[in-house]
Amino acid sequence: MSDTVAAVKGAEKPRKELERAVIRFAGDSGDGMQLTGEQFTTESAWAGNDVATLPNFPAEIRAPAGTLFGVSSFQLQFGSQRVYTPGDRLDCLVAMNPAALKVHLRDLKPGGLLIVNEAAFDKRNLDKAGYASNPLDDPSLGERYRLHRVDMTALTHEALRDLALNAKEKDRCKNFFALGLVSWIYTRPLEPTLEWISKKFARNPVLAEANTRVLKAGHAFGETAEIFAEHYAVERADMPPGLYRSMTGNRALAWGLLAAAERSQLPVVYGAYPITPASSILEELAMHKRFRVRTIQAEDEIAAVTAAIGASFGGAVGVTGSSGPGIALKGEAIGLAVMAELPLVVFNVQRGGPSTGLPTKTEQADLMQALYGRNSESPVVVLAPASPGDCFYIAYEAVRIAVKYMVPVIVLSDGFLANGSEPWLIPDVSTLPPIEVEFRTEREGFFPYLRDPATLGRPWVRPGTPGLEHRIGGIEKQDVTGNISYDPDNHDHMVRIRAEKVRRVAQEIPPTTISGPATGDLLVVGWGGTYGAITAAVERAQTEGRSVASIHLRHLNPLPPDLGQILREYRRVLVPEINSGQLVRVLRAEYLVDAVGFNRVRGLPLASDEIYEAIIQLLETGS
Amino acid sequence: MSASGAGAAEARRYTKKDFESDQDVRWCPGCGDYAILSAIQKTMPDLGVPKENIVFISGIGCSSRFPYYMNTYGFHTIHGRAPAVATGLRLARPDLKVFVVTGDGDGLSIGGNHLLHVLRRNVDVTILLFNNRIYGLTKGQYSPTSELGKVTKSTPLGSADRPVNPAAFALGCGATFVARTVDRNVPHMEEMLRRAASHRGAAFLEILQNCIVYNDLAWGVLYEKESRLHHELRLEHGKPLLFGPPDDRKAIVMEGLTPKVVSAGSVPESRLWVHDETNLRAAKILADFWAPEYPVPVGVMAAVEAPVYEEVLLQQEQRAISERGPGDIARLLASGDTWKIE
Repeated sequence: MSDTVAAVKGAEKPRKELERAVIRFAGDSGDGMQLTGEQFTTESAWAGNDVATLPNFPAEIRAPAGTLFGVSSFQLQFGSQRVYTPGDRLDCLVAMNPAALKVHLRDLKPGGLLIVNEAAFDKRNLDKAGYASNPLDDPSLGERYRLHRVDMTALTHEALRDLALNAKEKDRCKNFFALGLVSWIYTRPLEPTLEWISKKFARNPVLAEANTRVLKAGHAFGETAEIFAEHYAVERADMPPGLYRSMTGNRALAWGLLAAAERSQLPVVYGAYPITPASSILEELAMHKRFRVRTIQAEDEIAAVTAAIGASFGGAVGVTGSSGPGIALKGEAIGLAVMAELPLVVFNVQRGGPSTGLPTKTEQADLMQALYGRNSESPVVVLAPASPGDCFYIAYEAVRIAVKYMVPVIVLSDGFLANGSEPWLIPDVSTLPPIEVEFRTEREGFFPYLRDPATLGRPWVRPGTPGLEHRIGGIEKQDVTGNISYDPDNHDHMVRIRAEKVRRVAQEIPPTTISGPATGDLLVVGWGGTYGAITAAVERAQTEGRSVASIHLRHLNPLPPDLGQILREYRRVLVPEINSGQLVRVLRAEYLVDAVGFNRVRGLPLASDEIYEAIIQLLETGS
Repeated sequence: MSASGAGAAEARRYTKKDFESDQDVRWCPGCGDYAILSAIQKTMPDLGVPKENIVFISGIGCSSRFPYYMNTYGFHTIHGRAPAVATGLRLARPDLKVFVVTGDGDGLSIGGNHLLHVLRRNVDVTILLFNNRIYGLTKGQYSPTSELGKVTKSTPLGSADRPVNPAAFALGCGATFVARTVDRNVPHMEEMLRRAASHRGAAFLEILQNCIVYNDLAWGVLYEKESRLHHELRLEHGKPLLFGPPDDRKAIVMEGLTPKVVSAGSVPESRLWVHDETNLRAAKILADFWAPEYPVPVGVMAAVEAPVYEEVLLQQEQRAISERGPGDIARLLASGDTWKIE
């Protein structure tokens, strides 16, 4: 049943305190749902909450209006406690049309708040969504959820009646009506959005006025309309003090490179071919030429990586970025960097696959590709960030390791981390470890494949250094001299040296942080973007008194030196992944532990509920 | 010299020997590559570039072994990708003089895409394409420049592929310098190498080269003395297109949109086609010439000025730095929407 408790206009409505809330805005891909969600996120961050977000949109830029596959959504969770994930079940769903309702209703909790734009539920849209009759007229909908039918279209037009805009332009403002309304319901400050409007439409005062009016109209509607009996507040979260900003994973990868360029005093050359969901790294870097980060939009994925290798040969930091299909094309070139022993950083923002797969959806199924997806014995360092903000540190670390060990480093981000955002404590950059590069200039005793005793890295020589002219390449080299060699024993030796060089990166890995008891019934091991969901699930089990701990791996090759010992401290090991069991296979092979996987490959982040259930099941049934 | 910093001011006096590496050369005896290597080593001192500022980059194939034999910096990369490696290197190090050595398979088959883009971007590299119309290193399969019907190990009944014309391809890509020379004409090869190396932007030099093992005398039309006399058209800027023996000089004139070979004496001097390297349209017509219908042009077909890719990008960088100062990561991190938690 719809809420019908009357509230006296103008009087303060009751406000209920919540610890956390999960909201999803859903509509047509042209309805501006991503923007609505981003603005709501900013408002929540301003309110001092911890926030995690999940944008979800179709691969088509403008999918046909009103269709199920054209639905775009933005989900976020905000709370007064640490928020680890964008949330599983929804407390509130805003559906701008029938298709959005149809796609997303199943995720709304029973009794959850359901706000629909009634105007969009016309015959045409109902047909497109495959509804035989209007679901809003089905009394069971109002019984199961707190349904609010709001004619956002009419209310938006009403607010803009005297403005010189055509009907289509007015229509486009209705997402801000929804934003204003939901902002009132959850007591969000409007200031950040008002500020955004005035900046965004600085040159178009009419649109600035229109969006401001509609936002405020939505807010006022919540306050005065008799249908909303109460609203909610979420207290400030207890977060470490400091200056915060909102950070997405792709921006953090880009900014981590900028930090590395500044600290290393080296130019960075970033080669990329546009590909979802990695393109925004290229776009972000292209805006920051002052950092001597040089971007090449290459003719293809192979040119992108080989240009980066050329730059590294020249003494710059060569970086390339792509997603799984692009990484597949780069494989041979990554092998060249392994053989030539040059620094190279490769970002893989993983997406659903194989082939074109699910370009805009997330997945973690490229771990084996990163570890083994090249011809022959071709070891590289593999890192994975745990959260959007962590992408900053991982990008920086990737550069630091690549230049120190003269080795390629693959960074496995994913679509969820790339587009998701979190409030991020801005670091003091002076606390980042230094990136020290010493180019070889000494002629005496020089050979191209001399080895540093600690890292086994070979000397990095900038062309232009007199007396050190030398040739490198993809053909097997004699160790030390770098001369072409087909000698069987030398090849065996070089295969081992290249592997050992990567293994030695283990000395860079800090002791593994264990969340929970150091020994016990169950250890949950995660990597990449599932960090939040695993942490939330494990904390829930721990509050119930279960003997469960978790660790999260940021270094996947080499693995942390203390990992084997840790794994043996628990009766069972559970490895949740968005693939059909890749890390779990590595752990079983590497440590001979009977680890079991929890695997869902739906193009979506794992839900903490399902991980929690897997934990309980493993503890209780042993499988 | 286009590579800034590689300026003549610092140039030392080199001889050919300074550019010979200590590696044993491993091409087949009689391979055309020996003459090319020797010519390149011999012309290097004329560039006025310190040896340490010169880089040779190659892909895969017989020609791509080249860097090992040059006592400069060198990088033997992977099949077809040398132009892309060179692009990244130039963007990182615009002070270096960069050569790309490739072949008809490496440059026009597996690496055709990169060759297209390095030329259209006009990256400041000198591209030397050794064209022998065959795959040598893989032992004798036909190449993208092999003639239609070519019988090879992989085409026992003759190839069904129509060949690509490297010079016409380069011009179609928007190359700013296109020239052709022959491995058996050493003085001309040296002159073309100097011209190509001193061009600002992407210079494309096709070197007709003999594979003695798998495709001997593929360029017989220009090797055999009598044939060469009749068919070689030596291009010289500002001079009319004339060829053939002294007693049978021929000229080229345009009839409508079609070039026509005529007896030199039969047309007034004013009607002769005078070669102009800066005329790209004329160069595109010239590039399509081949014997026996037309003579075979050797020399510089086109040489024009155009913006250089990495120079444009680095100017953008310099402008950004001079207008707003160098990047400051601490300031960037704290810019835009931030909030404080006490």
